[in-house]
Formats: sequence, C-alpha cells, structure tokens
Amino acid sequence: MISREHAVTKTVELLGAKVIETLNGLGRFTSYLNSVMFWMFRKPYRWHLFFDQMYFVANKSLFIIGLVSIFTGAVFAYQTYLGFAGLGFDSFIGPVVAISMAKELAPVLGGLVISGRCGAAMAANIGTMKVTEQVDALEVMGINSHQYLAVPRIAATVVSLPILSSIFLLIGNFGSWLIGTKVLAIDEMTYLSKIPEFVEMKDVYEGLIKAMVFGFLISIIATYHGFQVKGGAEGVGRGTNLAVVWGMVIVLVVDFFLTSILTLIL
Amino acid sequence: MNIRDHDEYAIEFNNLTKVFGEHTVLNDLSFKVHRGKITTILGFSGAGKSTLLKHILGLIKPTSGEVIVLGRDIAELSELRIREFRKKFGMLFQYAALFDSLSTFENIAFPLREFTKLKEIEIQGKVGELMKAVGLAEHSIHKLPSEISGGMRKRVGLARALALEPEIMLYDEPTTGLDPITTKMVNDLIKETAKNNVDKRMTSVIISHDVEATLKISDYVAFLENGQMVEHLPVNEFRKSQNPIIRRFLEL
Repeated sequence: MISREHAVTKTVELLGAKVIETLNGLGRFTSYLNSVMFWMFRKPYRWHLFFDQMYFVANKSLFIIGLVSIFTGAVFAYQTYLGFAGLGFDSFIGPVVAISMAKELAPVLGGLVISGRCGAAMAANIGTMKVTEQVDALEVMGINSHQYLAVPRIAATVVSLPILSSIFLLIGNFGSWLIGTKVLAIDEMTYLSKIPEFVEMKDVYEGLIKAMVFGFLISIIATYHGFQVKGGAEGVGRGTNLAVVWGMVIVLVVDFFLTSILTLIL
Repeated sequence: MNIRDHDEYAIEFNNLTKVFGEHTVLNDLSFKVHRGKITTILGFSGAGKSTLLKHILGLIKPTSGEVIVLGRDIAELSELRIREFRKKFGMLFQYAALFDSLSTFENIAFPLREFTKLKEIEIQGKVGELMKAVGLAEHSIHKLPSEISGGMRKRVGLARALALEPEIMLYDEPTTGLDPITTKMVNDLIKETAKNNVDKRMTSVIISHDVEATLKISDYVAFLENGQMVEHLPVNEFRKSQNPIIRRFLEL
C-alpha cells in the first residue's frame, strides 16, 4: 500500500512536471515567435513563395468560404425571423444579420474554416519536411527554415483572412437576403434600406482587424506545431491535430478579449 | 576575424567536448581532417557521429574546446555569418532530403536560384552539367522525387549538394538501407566526385558504419567510440590496426 506522504509527493511531482512542461512549451513558442518576427523583415523577400501561399490560402478557399457563408447567412436569417416575427420586428433581419456577420461571424467562422483547411495543411507540410530532413537540408544550405517556410505562410494568411472574411460578409448577407425576401416574404426595399440605418463602417473595421489577428495566430500556431514535429507519420498526425485544435480554440478565446478591446477603441 | 592556416587540414577539432543535459556525447575529442582527401568517420550507433557532423556545420556549438573549419573558429562566427559560411559545404543526406514538391531540375537549381544571380539559361546549363556529373539521365529532369528510385534520389541529392562547388562535401550514412548494387553505385559516385574535384582540393567527410565501403573508398579512417577518437589512420594502416575495438568492428 502506498503511504499518504508518498501519494502527496507523487501528486506534487506530477503537477510540477506538468507546470514545467507547459512553461517549456511557452518558452519554445515565444522564441519561435521572436525568430519569425526577426526573419519576416529581413531580406531576401521571397515573393514567389508568398504568392504561392496566397493562392493556396485565399484562392483555394473561396469555394468552401462561399458555401459556409451562404448557409450561415440563410440559417441566421431564418432563426432571427423566428425570434423577431412574433414581435413584429421581422424587417430588422437585414441589419441584425449584417452587424453580427461583420463583427463576429465572418472573421470567426472564416478563421475556423481556414484553421481547419490551411492550418492543418501547413502543420502537416512543415512536419513532413521536418521528419524527412528537408528542413535540415535548408539549414545546411544556410537558409533559415523559419524565414523560408513560416514567413510566407504567415504573411499570406494575415493578408488573406481579411479578404476571405469580406467575401464571407458579402455572400453571407446575400444568403440572408435571399431567405428573408424570397422565402420569408420581407419586402426587398425594406430589407435593404434598414441596413445602412444601423450598420456603421466601424463594425466592418472591427471584423477586418479581427480577421487579420486571427490570420496571424492561426498560421503562427500551425507552423510552430509543424516545426515541433518529431518522429515519423505519427508525429506529423499529432502536430496537425494540435495545430487545428489550438488554432480554433485560440480564435474563439482571443475573439472575446479582442471584442472587449476593440469596442473601447473604435 | 583571423583565418588560420588550413592548407593541410580542412577541419580541426581541438579538445572538443559536447554535453547534452547530463549526457556527455563528445569527450575531449581532438582530430584533424586532411584537406583534399576522403575521410570516413566510423563508429557504432550512438557514438556521437551525427553530433560531430553538426559541429562541423555550426548547427550546434561546443560545450568546450574548438572546431576550426577552413581556418575559422566556428564558435566565433555570428548566426548570420555561419549561414553565409555554410555555402562552402555540400551535404548528402541519408535519404537525400530532396524537396518533395520540386522536380529533379528545381531541386538541383535550388541553391543556384537562392544564392547566385545566374540567368535562367545559365541555370539550365549548370543543372545539365551537374546531372551529367552524377550520371542522371535527361528524362528524369521533370520528375518529382516520389517518382524516382532511391539510387536516383541520391544522385539528385549529390548534384544539388555540388551546385555551389563546395570546399567540403559531407555524406551522412550514404549507403545505409540501400541494396548492394545501389550501394556500389553510391560508393563509386563518392569516389568519382572526389576525383573530379581533386584540382579544387575538395575535402570529403563520410559518416558511416559500412566497413567494407569505407575501406574501399577512403583515404583516411577515423574511429569514434564513446565520444572520443580512438584511432585515426590512413586506410591501409587502419586495416592492420590492433586496437581490440576496431578489430571487433572489422571482423563483424
């Protein structure tokens, strides 16, 4: 039988090990962040890699962003209608959907989609290069692997996500308008005229700033987990998993704090 | 930065010690690599061969002692200088480490595009020369690494490593995991590459545990055991070494 003291020591030990591990991880991430920021603004700028990544992150995501946004807009219009119709507020669906889309849904859902689609690919890609010594091959040639692999991906995601978020906003509102006017029979003119009455440019700016921040966080987390990969296919799988999970969690957590800050500033 | 005389020796390790945590990987190791020759570093797995290789490239720094490469103390070079300095090296990785999204041509052209201002037509010419030098057929030029055999990949890896005309060629376990015919091909290729570059006094360092190949292609053989060089001899003398560890290794 284990003595009580022993059980206590064991628990403290385990807890301590966990704390040390977490701090170590945080330290590694901070030094990675440092390195990426250092190499981001240093020549040579590899524009062709940046544009390749733009093509991958933005262009290749258009279809899925379109699909997600039109259905989000549609269902949101429908649910709002169910809540508002009884109160006689159904003509307010337009501005309600527009504001929530601009401030929250476009950047957050866009971020989640990009984390799943591109974050996963980034981690898997860099992770595979790590285990097959391609990252070492870059380093041996004297090329910084963070600059070569991470910087173009991060820069491209920071630029792409606000663009995708704007597209999400447009198509999402179109979906809402479609349901609102064609299915729920709200007058087309009423629907449209209410929007500028309530929606301000700062709502749109808030969404764009959020999208930029999310783009940075998603890509830096994904590339970090790619570089952390050790040992074969299993390691790549684990890295990809961590990249997506943390990317999504961080988007939702940071969204809360960012909303509080941006509401004060804007 | 003072550059020391490196006419005779390309690489010098002076009392090199490397400690990872509580584990001493290299222990007061002293050893010199002859310039313009093929030197193989033999040793059992875990003897510290890879750590030694990483020191040559400046990927890790010594705990104590010094590593002098081409007359320069690696520890004194800044991070940016070391990157610059690494252009003097070519390295062939165990599994070639080709960039799997790039074709044969783009893999070989990669260092040229990154580090030279050559025009496209000049790059094409240079890649053609390199492919010929390592015996790569014309038809493989647009193939991806996944579409060519292991032996071919080694050839592409070697061509890529030679693109910037390195002063030191490093080979990490070049024949591990290859079939006998491909092994012979890679060994011949190493020998051939050294011969082709003898006028430039290119130094070759091979990390290996393939005894047979080592004795065939090397000029010098060093034996690493428990973080120390237990023997370093011209190949003919190494064969006759009476050191019990080496006898055991040779008679496996």
